[in-house]
Amino acid sequence: MRHVKLIFAALLAATLAVPAFAADTFKIGVAGPHTGDLAPYGIPTKEAAMMLAEQVNAAGGLLGKKVEVIPMDDQCKPEIATNAATKLVSEGARIVIGHVCSGATKAALGIYKEAKVIAISPSATNPPLTQSGDYPNFYRTIASDDMQGKLAADFVTGKLGAKRIAIIHDKGDYGKGFADFAKKFIEEGGKAEVVMYEGITPGAMDYSAVIQKVRRVKADAVIFGGYHPEASKLVAQLKKKRVKAAFVGPDGIKGDGFLEIAGKKAEGVYATGPMDVTKYEENKKARAAYVKKYGKEPGTFFDQGYAAMQAALAAIKAAGGTDYAALEKALRNNYVDTAVGRIKFDAKGDAEGVGFSVYQVQNGKFVEL
Amino acid sequence: MDYFLELLCSGLTRGSIYALIALGYTMVYGIIQLINFAHGEIYMIGAFVALIVSGVLTIYGFSGFSILVLAGLIAMIYAAAYGYTLEKIAYQPLRNAPRLSPLISAIGASLFLQNYVLLAQTPDFLPFPELIPEFAFMEPVAHIMGSSELVILVTSAISMVVLTLLIKYTRIGKAMRATQQDMVMARLVGINVDRVISVTFIIGSVLAAIGGVLVGSYIGQINFYIGFMAGVKAFTAAVLGGIGNIPGAALGGLVLGLAESMAAGYISSAYEDVFAFGVLVLILILRPAGLLGKAVKQKV
Repeated sequence: MRHVKLIFAALLAATLAVPAFAADTFKIGVAGPHTGDLAPYGIPTKEAAMMLAEQVNAAGGLLGKKVEVIPMDDQCKPEIATNAATKLVSEGARIVIGHVCSGATKAALGIYKEAKVIAISPSATNPPLTQSGDYPNFYRTIASDDMQGKLAADFVTGKLGAKRIAIIHDKGDYGKGFADFAKKFIEEGGKAEVVMYEGITPGAMDYSAVIQKVRRVKADAVIFGGYHPEASKLVAQLKKKRVKAAFVGPDGIKGDGFLEIAGKKAEGVYATGPMDVTKYEENKKARAAYVKKYGKEPGTFFDQGYAAMQAALAAIKAAGGTDYAALEKALRNNYVDTAVGRIKFDAKGDAEGVGFSVYQVQNGKFVEL
Repeated sequence: MDYFLELLCSGLTRGSIYALIALGYTMVYGIIQLINFAHGEIYMIGAFVALIVSGVLTIYGFSGFSILVLAGLIAMIYAAAYGYTLEKIAYQPLRNAPRLSPLISAIGASLFLQNYVLLAQTPDFLPFPELIPEFAFMEPVAHIMGSSELVILVTSAISMVVLTLLIKYTRIGKAMRATQQDMVMARLVGINVDRVISVTFIIGSVLAAIGGVLVGSYIGQINFYIGFMAGVKAFTAAVLGGIGNIPGAALGGLVLGLAESMAAGYISSAYEDVFAFGVLVLILILRPAGLLGKAVKQKV
């Protein structure tokens, strides 16, 4: 009798584990930091996806079905991301928009690969995610870090004419990845010298010892790989210790969070970030709709998140459903007009048609140079 | 030599903050043999209160130094209230429980306070106003030490001197020392032990709040999580100096801060924690009771 019960329980559990293929909706997961200190990077994507789904549903749906968005919080933490991914898969999502941070994305991708789920990230810029070929199910609507690192290196050695460059990173996948590429391209360029290369601990009380080192090596410029809380600490302490070196960061600092915390000390800081895409028609429409709906300007990665959702919806339409192989083919072959321009994905999953520019904080705003 | 002085100064600055917080750990441990893991959160709450108060004061047109003093005072009062309540709710009911129970209770209180601030305030980093007025020194000194560093060093030094005098020369100080020696005997000779413990928590919390305000103003940002790392470092400092020993906590803080700063300066900041905790392991191997701790015989 006990065995029967056990088998029954196992069967019951198994039926719950298999995603219920309810035929009435297309389920699209949106994973990223929706709480925690990095939430400003994740929420705009979530809102973009929900807004698009609403529009599609209001217009009668996609292929006669409604689109259902399932938001899932990963706080940018790899260990939470795997849980979020498992949950999304078990809830029947066939496409996931996300994740947002590279580390979390990497952790989740294995699960999606196994479950044959497509993931389209708006912001995971770590190069191996596409270039290693390990994740054929992964796509992104943002250019990868090697491009960003190259841009930073070219900018610092070219336009700023720096000869001695200090590179600091936060030891994370994203920050160190960016720093490593900047270092590689500076060394290959041969125009300048990397005089300092060092990791700092996020959350440490202060970075004055690192700052003293920057002064000691007489760096003309500091390239930093990491996010805005550390960047604003570094910038503030550089100013306090009167180190004149220019400060260049990646898109992780190019946002309102940085401007808010660093305040006046942010003035003059450079950051690389996704190209200004506001000139595209689709982008204008998306932003106008957002402002109308939420009454505020869209935040970081909104465009990329919107584009990812647009690509996903277009792929479902072209594939006539959520069959994995058909979706893959649609993503790689069809050009789609999105909020970041007219894009399709190359064989590795990087979007063709997107890129980075350099920005500078001028009068409390990031201005494209 | 210049470089060494720069590192020395940043190490001392950092170390004196560790020391301020470490005093709270060490005093509580000295009296009730409890590691108050929620102490870092009191430091964080102190910083948050100062942020809110300074925001309000700025609206009402107060400026510079008066904000620092007022915000600091209110932060101290709030932190003291939190410390007092914490002890009453989380530790006093467990006074006679096995030693593990209050420890777990402390960890619970720490997580509770973190999440409470997370929900009540915001998970984002918040900009903290520069409360310590920035004035320029002459050039050779300017890049070694700024006004913030000076204020931090002086404030922590004064706090520690006041604490030492308090413990040495006042009635409550005497009562604290007596309770530390033997709680049962102290109670027998008429000392109100519960009151002594409350006062200990209040003093520790006030010191932590001072640390929180100084750090907030120094680095210009806070969030709900800053108490964790500061707590771990300060706890390490307390153990390093010999837990339960007040000059030891100060010394431990400074040693830890200097070790981190020197490691970051001469080796790599990537290894600053490695060296900080390396020093801890080394000292515990060579002097198990800590730098200034005495090997105490178990009470029977």
